[in-house]
Amino acid sequence: MIRIAWLVLKKDLTVEVRSLEIAYTTLFFAVSCVLFFAFALVKEGKPPEDGAAGILWIAIAFAGTLGLGRTFERERQSETLRALLMAPADRPAIYVGKLLGIIALLLAAEVLLVPLVGFLFQAPFQLHPFWLAAVLVSGTIGFAAVGTLFSAMLVRARSRDVLLPVLLYPITVPVIIAGVRATAELLKADGEMALVRFWVALLLALDVVFVTLALWTFEPLMTD
Amino acid sequence: MSIDFDELTADDVSRHFGRRKALSRISFQTRRGSILGLLGPNGAGKSTMIAVLATLLRPSGGAIRYGTHAAKSTGSALRARIGILGHDLFLYPELTARENLAFFAGLYGARDAHAAADRALARAGLADRAHDPISSFSRGMRQRVALERSLIHAPRLVLLDEPFTGLDDASTAALVARLRGLRDEGAIVILATHDLDLADGLLDEALFLRDGRMLDAVARPEALRSTYRSIMGTRA
Repeated sequence: MIRIAWLVLKKDLTVEVRSLEIAYTTLFFAVSCVLFFAFALVKEGKPPEDGAAGILWIAIAFAGTLGLGRTFERERQSETLRALLMAPADRPAIYVGKLLGIIALLLAAEVLLVPLVGFLFQAPFQLHPFWLAAVLVSGTIGFAAVGTLFSAMLVRARSRDVLLPVLLYPITVPVIIAGVRATAELLKADGEMALVRFWVALLLALDVVFVTLALWTFEPLMTD
Repeated sequence: MSIDFDELTADDVSRHFGRRKALSRISFQTRRGSILGLLGPNGAGKSTMIAVLATLLRPSGGAIRYGTHAAKSTGSALRARIGILGHDLFLYPELTARENLAFFAGLYGARDAHAAADRALARAGLADRAHDPISSFSRGMRQRVALERSLIHAPRLVLLDEPFTGLDDASTAALVARLRGLRDEGAIVILATHDLDLADGLLDEALFLRDGRMLDAVARPEALRSTYRSIMGTRA
């Protein structure tokens, strides 16, 4: 399973490095999103209180949805998804490979977004770098786990661009809420680390639930 | 687990998409070392039959048996014995020919995926273009790479959907020779086409399909165009 997941991940990263199509569109969208919020909400150099965490996660969720759609659109265009499904590999391994690629893409976007949001909204993201990384990584895994499954499921649906956010956002609301609350707590000067630990534990539990369910359902959902 | 089979049996196979019957009660049997043609006009159900045989679609009724094995119970072990060349080529345009072939060789468990890719490129006559991206290839060259992709794991069952599309005369002749070679090596080759001239003389058995139904099956078909015309009742 690990070998197949690695092959799929390596292939996805090679294709992306050659085309930079998803990286450019996702990053451009994420940065534009943050800039629009900054122009709208920062008045006379004063950002809204607790706004940075929400804006960071909105940018991640919107950009992630765009990236998810494009990742499977690429497999649809050349019908390579059928070739992947025809391979004698365990189909969950293909899911894991695609999931890792999307996580890598989203984490790369976050590396750019965190300093940008920090700068525009005067948010001290540097206060707890370890916990910030833990929140972002665990939140990204949960969001991408559901998103990868739904994107694969909708790859043949005619209105997939509409259906993906409609299905994805309600299911990932707990991930987004936990991510926003944990990030907001980290940005407070007197933030309670016990609360952060609680939200991170919740995110990790959601990751386990979502990844397990996705691995379990990927094969039957992708047959036919 | 590795499996193998000597014959393929379709038993009363139907496939419906909602109310549309893409395939209706198709039955046939073919053995290793033969080329079976699925012949018929557009919309006859040829591609659906190929997808069902490839285990990409489940039959709505009836069953496919691969020797003594059923698709449901064998899963990935069965897929390891099937090679498919679809109307779409299943290649990544951004990757080079060698990267594409090595990726699929790896998926099929080749010990040295790059060596397998090099051998496949040599068979396709494209060793000198190994490091060029697929997007820079002509349709015929892509088709040759795609054929080698479908054969890279030496499958028992080879499924080809309109494989002559976009090929020039030399490439067509090479493909015909390759298919005869596969037959001689003991593969079960199933070929869906509406190009009767190219299929003439190549097939050991022909199934004539129209509107998802099997009109007739002919062993060792000769004068394919006139046979087709008399079965279909139309000008071919």
